[in-house]
Amino acid sequence: MENWRKSPIVFMFTLLPPALWLTAFFVLPLSLLWLFSFGEKSGITGIDITWTLANYARALEPLYLGIFLKSLWIAGATALICLIIGLPVALAISFASTRTRPWLLLLIILPFWTNLLIRTYALIATLRGNGHVNSVLGWLWKIFGAQFTPLEILYTDGAVVTGLVYVHLPFMVLPVYAALDRIDRSLIEASLDLGAGHVRTFFTIIAPLAMPGIVSGVIITFIPAFGAYLTPDLLGGPDSQMIANVIDRQFKAANDWPFGAALSFILLYAAFFGLAMRGLIGRRAVMGRAP
Amino acid sequence: MKRFAKLTRRAPSGLLDYHRRWPLRLVMVATLIFLYAPVVALMAFSFNDSKRNIVWHGFTLKYYEKLFANTELMQAFANSLTIAFFSTLISVLLGTLAAIALWRFKFPGQRLYEGVMAMPIVIPEICMGIAMMAFMARTGWPQDLIWPLNLGAIMIAHVAFSFPFAAIVIRARLESFNRQLADAARDLGASEFHVFRDILFPHLSPALLAGGLLAFTLSLDDFVITFFTSGPNSVTFPVKIYSMVRFSVTPEVNAASTILIAMTIGLTAIGLRLHYRSQFQETAK
Repeated sequence: MENWRKSPIVFMFTLLPPALWLTAFFVLPLSLLWLFSFGEKSGITGIDITWTLANYARALEPLYLGIFLKSLWIAGATALICLIIGLPVALAISFASTRTRPWLLLLIILPFWTNLLIRTYALIATLRGNGHVNSVLGWLWKIFGAQFTPLEILYTDGAVVTGLVYVHLPFMVLPVYAALDRIDRSLIEASLDLGAGHVRTFFTIIAPLAMPGIVSGVIITFIPAFGAYLTPDLLGGPDSQMIANVIDRQFKAANDWPFGAALSFILLYAAFFGLAMRGLIGRRAVMGRAP
Repeated sequence: MKRFAKLTRRAPSGLLDYHRRWPLRLVMVATLIFLYAPVVALMAFSFNDSKRNIVWHGFTLKYYEKLFANTELMQAFANSLTIAFFSTLISVLLGTLAAIALWRFKFPGQRLYEGVMAMPIVIPEICMGIAMMAFMARTGWPQDLIWPLNLGAIMIAHVAFSFPFAAIVIRARLESFNRQLADAARDLGASEFHVFRDILFPHLSPALLAGGLLAFTLSLDDFVITFFTSGPNSVTFPVKIYSMVRFSVTPEVNAASTILIAMTIGLTAIGLRLHYRSQFQETAK
């Protein structure tokens, strides 16, 4: 690392273009949105920045509070189910042989590279009234000679949670796997040698040691699930709307940009809060490990 | 692989063969079915000779033919590729500059710069989409330019979230660069431009390619941010698929999806391969 004053021309040449782009096309749009959140509508398209807090206050109305709670509930359920599935998967990967391990990891990450919209569409085809799940169930029912009525799975909160788990599972498996991989295997062997069973060893030795990874996984599945737009839009019913869908409506159908901007910033602050928590817990874990 | 095996610990003893125990195997297999079955079914049914997407009626390519005859969809596809191409060029350029600045220099506000650059990666997509939409509307960004200039707004937004990713890949490669080589070249009279062209660039080239492929797939794949910045005349492939999906589930959508899946997985696989190969080469030396 050299001091930038040593070659200021090279420094400016490398610093300015990306910094300006970021300022003009990222910081500035967000700042504009931030200003709007303190504004009032005037006329059809006009917005006066009056530094009112009314937009934020409106977010506390029962209707919107309900949607926040619903988003919290859906994102919480998503993170929990991801944890319940992701923990054993990560465990299986970390104890797999060195030859199969990279392949298993690849299999978990691969769906992540396919388009979010397409994966959601694949779920629609799977879950809808005459979709794959219902046809498999109907076929099973037929074998046992029972009458089958297709289940209403699509367009429910359950479908939204399924969709979010489907999309965010890799976010859980990877950090948990990374934490499990760092555990000293001799501790687990010692626990088993001293008579603890596998379940007890898991809860008293493995889980506490993997806790930073688990917390990190829960937070990074929770944050994108909380702000999800496409999944509730396509898989949810009329009452499974989440915050992002309400924001979308404020900017399009309802044409109330200041309120939409305030909701966006509440979502943004929630995301930052989650990330800060993750950083804090991660740092504490590192310090706790130091002698 | 051999190199990799050396780094990892010894194989676990029989006591710890958790992956061989049936409950974990069961969860693993069930998870993989959960992850893959819907997408595999989607791809399979794009070749199914029936309008209804449920029962297999034999192999056909007619939905692909229909797809290529659909001019709106092909226009959307051309738009997506054009946007991805320009967004990639600019992202690699900006990403390289940003990576070099952060790697080479110590300067006040460095942490802040890094923090702001990480933001497009971490903030909820809807916030960025809405912000770009509001920004374009308020600055009076022209809507009805001729093609491909009407795609400018989307390109700008794509660069804003792609170049930080490219910068991460390129910076990882820079860490393995021997600074003394550049110093020696400067001592021997090379200008900054020559040092970059003859020494830094050859070293960086695999990362530039990897970062470029990453930026390309990110751009090709993005839906939410594009959805909010696109106008009626600048529809991209995912946005077009979205309007088709809203309408109904048809084999044509399956065919379009299959093409996009094949493209992104292929490109990302090449990109990651280059990225890891370039890193392993260095550790091997």
